[in-house]
Amino acid sequence: MTDAAPKIQLRDVHKAFGGKIVLNGAELDVGTGESLVVIGGSGSGKSVMIKCILGLLAADSGSILVDGEEVVGISARERERVNKKFGMLFQGAALFDSLPVWENVAFGLLAEKRYSRHEARDVALAKLAQVGLGAEVGELFPAELSGGMQKRVALARAIASDPEIIFFDEPTTGLDPIMADVINDLIIKITREVGATALSITHDMASARKIANRIAMLYDGKIIWSGPTGEIDEADNAHVDQFIHGRAEGPIKMAVRA
Amino acid sequence: MNFVQIIGRFFLGFLATTGRLGIFAGASLSHIVRPPFYPRIIVRQMVEIGYFSLPVVGLTALFAGMVLALQSYTGFARFSAEGAIANVVVLSITRELGPVLAGLMVAGRIGAAMAAEIGTMRVTEQVDALTTLSTNPMKYLVAPRLLAGLTMLPLLVLVADVIGVFGGYLVAVYKLGFNPANYLQNTWDFLEAQDVISGLVKASMFGFIVTLMGCYHGYHSRGGA
Repeated sequence: MTDAAPKIQLRDVHKAFGGKIVLNGAELDVGTGESLVVIGGSGSGKSVMIKCILGLLAADSGSILVDGEEVVGISARERERVNKKFGMLFQGAALFDSLPVWENVAFGLLAEKRYSRHEARDVALAKLAQVGLGAEVGELFPAELSGGMQKRVALARAIASDPEIIFFDEPTTGLDPIMADVINDLIIKITREVGATALSITHDMASARKIANRIAMLYDGKIIWSGPTGEIDEADNAHVDQFIHGRAEGPIKMAVRA
Repeated sequence: MNFVQIIGRFFLGFLATTGRLGIFAGASLSHIVRPPFYPRIIVRQMVEIGYFSLPVVGLTALFAGMVLALQSYTGFARFSAEGAIANVVVLSITRELGPVLAGLMVAGRIGAAMAAEIGTMRVTEQVDALTTLSTNPMKYLVAPRLLAGLTMLPLLVLVADVIGVFGGYLVAVYKLGFNPANYLQNTWDFLEAQDVISGLVKASMFGFIVTLMGCYHGYHSRGGA
């Protein structure tokens, strides 16, 4: 699956908040068209890594290349252009409460002024259909939807502008196992249909095994293991082994007290 | 801990906050004048800040004017200076009370609501979502609110001025037995354009400060209730 030129490349990325080091030389390659899932415990820096790529947080040092283009330290305008390649599914869906569902989905399209409101609405309804939601949902407000439906709407919004790269921030968190699997299936189907590269972060191993071509594990601010999904059970790494089997005892010590 | 150390820490924190607020204010002002603009949101905020504040601002202005006329009569009657009541009412309302009352009412009604709204958006990552959808949150959330505050407060105060003076007129004419034509003539004679304008400029500043603080605290809020 991996092409010669990676879509996203992280080299020696560092990020600290005050004295707390979160990313400590993270290195990662995401190939074009592949679905990479980064696993890691709570507080291991997964979200921070994605936010650094998206430019929501500025990396302290190191290099992040998107399509070979350096994005650390670029101007706000450049950032806006690069971000057009991205779609992001937020952990809590992050739908805009004040807007009806269809306007949520069409938000990026309207912001880029590629469509009139009328056309954008049609596109939004088509995207909603793609995630299995009917046109009548388009008129509702996010607060009127269940958690699973909100995730679907957020997914429709993430793919509305046909992004090249889609980020999934813990897509199954907070859902029941069945709905989680439905969302997993949708993610696979959608990324295939759009032909997008996917970078997900999760600590849900069932989800990771299902949607990933390749899995990488983040621990202590570094990627300590990465390989094809099928090989993770044979990974010769005590940290990975402990994580995928969910053992409390092992080399990873969870900070019970902050 | 050393006493001086506490003072120093407090002072440095104060300076840092002032700086952050200044940068925030400058950035939001620059976003007001640079495209893209969001007319729908600007209008929505104007209606929220201006139109929906009318009842409470009008009511306070009415009573302020009435009380002003009544109480200054109590005082002035002792020196047979009743003629100055119209003058006192119109100047205090336009120069001071109009802007202050409108500013206070809007601060109570809008400031906290704004901080809560934007704060919720920040905590639920909606502000981040804006960025990923090619929208600058400063432009989309902050600039329209500041613009609405800057423009709507003077309009509110204009209305409050009229209602306040009318309140004074009601009490003077129907309670204290003034001649309506004389009272209005007195009001008009002493009023200068500068009195009204200085009040409106003040109002604009109050509107700016109220919305700025609401947006700033919402924008920089983090985690939990």
